[in-house]
Amino acid sequence: MDSATTSRADNLVSTPARIEVPKLSMPVDDTRKTRVMQVKAAVENLNFYYGSNRALKDLSIMIADKQVTALIGPSGCGKSTFLRCFNRMHDLQADTRYEGTIMLHPENINLVGKGVDPIEVRMRIGMVFQKPNPFPKTIFENVAYGLRLRGTRNRAVLGEEVEQALRQAALWDEVKDRLQDSALALSGGQMQRLCIARALATKPEILLFDEPTSALDPIATAKIEELISTLRNQVTVLIVTHNMQQAARVSDYTAFMYLGELIEFDDAAKIFTNPSKKATEDYITGRYG
Amino acid sequence: MAAKGTTVNALASMRSDLSRRKQLDKVFAIVGLAVMLGCLLILLVLFVDLVRNGWPRLTYEFFTSFPSRRAANAGILAAWVGTSLIMVVTAVCAVPVGVAAAIYLEEYAPKNWFSAVVEINVTNLAGVPSIVYGLLALGLFVYQFNLGQSIAAAGFTLALLILPVVIVSTREAIRSVPKTIREAAYGLGATRWEVTKDHVLPYSTGGILTGMILGLSRAIGETAPIITIGALSFIAFLPSSPFTSEPPYISFQWLSDPFTAMPIQMFNWVSRPDPKFQANAAAAGAVLLVMTLLMNGIAIWIRYRFRKKINW
Repeated sequence: MDSATTSRADNLVSTPARIEVPKLSMPVDDTRKTRVMQVKAAVENLNFYYGSNRALKDLSIMIADKQVTALIGPSGCGKSTFLRCFNRMHDLQADTRYEGTIMLHPENINLVGKGVDPIEVRMRIGMVFQKPNPFPKTIFENVAYGLRLRGTRNRAVLGEEVEQALRQAALWDEVKDRLQDSALALSGGQMQRLCIARALATKPEILLFDEPTSALDPIATAKIEELISTLRNQVTVLIVTHNMQQAARVSDYTAFMYLGELIEFDDAAKIFTNPSKKATEDYITGRYG
Repeated sequence: MAAKGTTVNALASMRSDLSRRKQLDKVFAIVGLAVMLGCLLILLVLFVDLVRNGWPRLTYEFFTSFPSRRAANAGILAAWVGTSLIMVVTAVCAVPVGVAAAIYLEEYAPKNWFSAVVEINVTNLAGVPSIVYGLLALGLFVYQFNLGQSIAAAGFTLALLILPVVIVSTREAIRSVPKTIREAAYGLGATRWEVTKDHVLPYSTGGILTGMILGLSRAIGETAPIITIGALSFIAFLPSSPFTSEPPYISFQWLSDPFTAMPIQMFNWVSRPDPKFQANAAAAGAVLLVMTLLMNGIAIWIRYRFRKKINW
């Protein structure tokens, strides 16, 4: 198993970042038939274990650069587990193990490789969590924290970067007059956008969203979705959601997972209009899940 | 018609059942209230009794006089100064060590059989009789390290005694910081130490301080271990001052001075045949109780302040 993974990894190293995507079946009359995907991360035969429990089974998928890729599937299908592989969150837990590769382009670093420092990975790949989790500090300090970790001390620079991140997260106008107030005074939706700003401030190459709206009301959810759509072209987004409408609204590519396996991965439009697998169709039409 | 009769009956039986359940609820509330008031009453009676017996002795002179052969002249100056200095040594030793140990156990230690054994033993240490700590300190601090019957030896002993309390309460406080906050910090690329110093410790300060004060208020009343290491019970001088008029202006001579403490002073007076000394003991007891209640009050205030600031 190990040697097989290594050789596959070796092959990938020589793969150019720009590759044709043979796995994607495009609609026949689609004019984008020759479309190429700029790959940000290539997942190859990824397995993940909690102890002896194999939670992810031989996942292979390409994550498009500066596009939104959504992971959908019923509860417990492993979509959050998969997402957390990208920034090595599982390393915080004892007795977890990765097998296979997640190659980050263009350097071809295997994010789940044994020799790769999980902290280095997290410095490059940001995450927004299910429940808004701002630090009980000021709004400013929340956004500035990632920058401080990276050694930024200059107040003017910090101020600029914080403003830019808050603008990017569509929160600046609401908080510009109270940056020194506690972040805990914000509403749920504002908190979640603050968490997005906090992640954006560190200029991540990939931004992971783990069901970012599941604790929010519909209006706050709409704002977050709009924000995610605007982030397209700025950062590679990978979002887990149990809300299929949400996946259809925000994503360019959609992957359907079931019981730790990737069932289908394709253009979002294709998945939601004309899935090629029966299981996908059953799920998106609400027959189970 | 018959159907309607059934629903009426069903409703009636549901109501009677509900009223029985509510009665049971009321009974428990009353029993709980009675038990709680009983506990408070015992403490109150004890305190009132101490104050009543010691009232004539609770004068300014009582706090500024050394012990004396004449009960009317005797005071608790040496005792409260000694107790205060011992508490300083205890806090300075127990808190950094206890907090560091708790951080290690909670944030760093891998969860395996070794950490499980350590955890069980730390909890067990809290239940070790204090006299055992006294004997340990007598052998280790007094003789082995040649600290003698000093404030330092007493402070170290009580620090050992409350270490488990500090560790357990600090772990509790650390654990109350939600996992999501840790994940947020780790997710931004923080190391374990950065997560600890920037987040876990600041957000659990209230709980840690509370644990520290509760530990100290246990230590303040401990008698057995400091008798074991040889506290004097009749002392007519103060330890040397920590501040001097010559550079470097601070002195640590007081650490190696002999001492007495509040509970020792009480013990000494209680064991005298002269009933006048009993009044002194009662007065000292009231003072000690007030000191303890004050510390607990501070702990509650700190906890309240931090709770208000951080509300998960």
